[in-house]
Amino acid sequence: MTSLTLVRRIKAPPDIVFEAVTTAEGIAHWWGPDAGPVLLAKSDPRVGGCYRLRFRMLPGTEHECSGEFLVIDPPRRVVMSWRWTGGVEDPGESQVEIILRAIGDGTELTFTHSRLHDESTRRSHEEGWAGSLGKLEAYLAGRAPT
Amino acid sequence: MTCRNATAIPCEDADKLTTRSVWLILSLMENRQKNLDRTFAALGDPTRRAILSNLARHASASVSELAEPFAIKLPAVMKHLGVLDEAGLITRSKSGRVVTVRLRPGPMRDAMAWLRRHELFWSARLDRLTAYAERKELEARGQKE
Repeated sequence: MTSLTLVRRIKAPPDIVFEAVTTAEGIAHWWGPDAGPVLLAKSDPRVGGCYRLRFRMLPGTEHECSGEFLVIDPPRRVVMSWRWTGGVEDPGESQVEIILRAIGDGTELTFTHSRLHDESTRRSHEEGWAGSLGKLEAYLAGRAPT
Repeated sequence: MTCRNATAIPCEDADKLTTRSVWLILSLMENRQKNLDRTFAALGDPTRRAILSNLARHASASVSELAEPFAIKLPAVMKHLGVLDEAGLITRSKSGRVVTVRLRPGPMRDAMAWLRRHELFWSARLDRLTAYAERKELEARGQKE
């Protein structure tokens, strides 16, 4: 099983970042696609509580991801299960862990997506999804200093 | 635990996909998946990674050359080479008594591309999370003043 870790330094204190990570309003702002509307965002940030996000991609396909909060330790750590639903078929479940650490001018965020498995491979090949990743790639390539 | 079985909202676009095309997509992914699993499993061992980086430096090497830097016996090295071969990461060719090992970069490229896709996916989202949290912080400061 594979995992992916990314680190970001954010100029905001951990409690603000924690809210952005766990509340429906926050999730709707960053978890969805970069284009296309977010149709539904729900979040119940407590252990055993669920979150759900439904959005439309530009080609018109609708997608939904959801999961359960497994660990909630404000404003330091949140672990949640993560899966795609409402697509071709229910694919496997993976896990997202976000650790926040207060640093000089804000927060260091460590993001780990672990237990990555078939769902991602499957999704990345799905119609629409592949295209949107391509767009993402183009978007990032345009910005990245190469 | 109820939400583990949360009902999926039917997706209109997904309904348009025929059973056959769904089957094709899934079987393609199933095969891809097995390959990726094998690649990552093969890469998950320090001795095997050392063998691969050795092969990356030299175009090819014999089994005994590859075994030289390690404090393990030849059969153990052979076993590692078997795993790498199974994963398609190396090829072995025999000429007389010498087995020559070469690197096959294809599967590793696939694995890297797969990881890269995930990285791109989440990087864009974390960039937006960063922007959003920083905006919230500015708003909070503005209110305090």
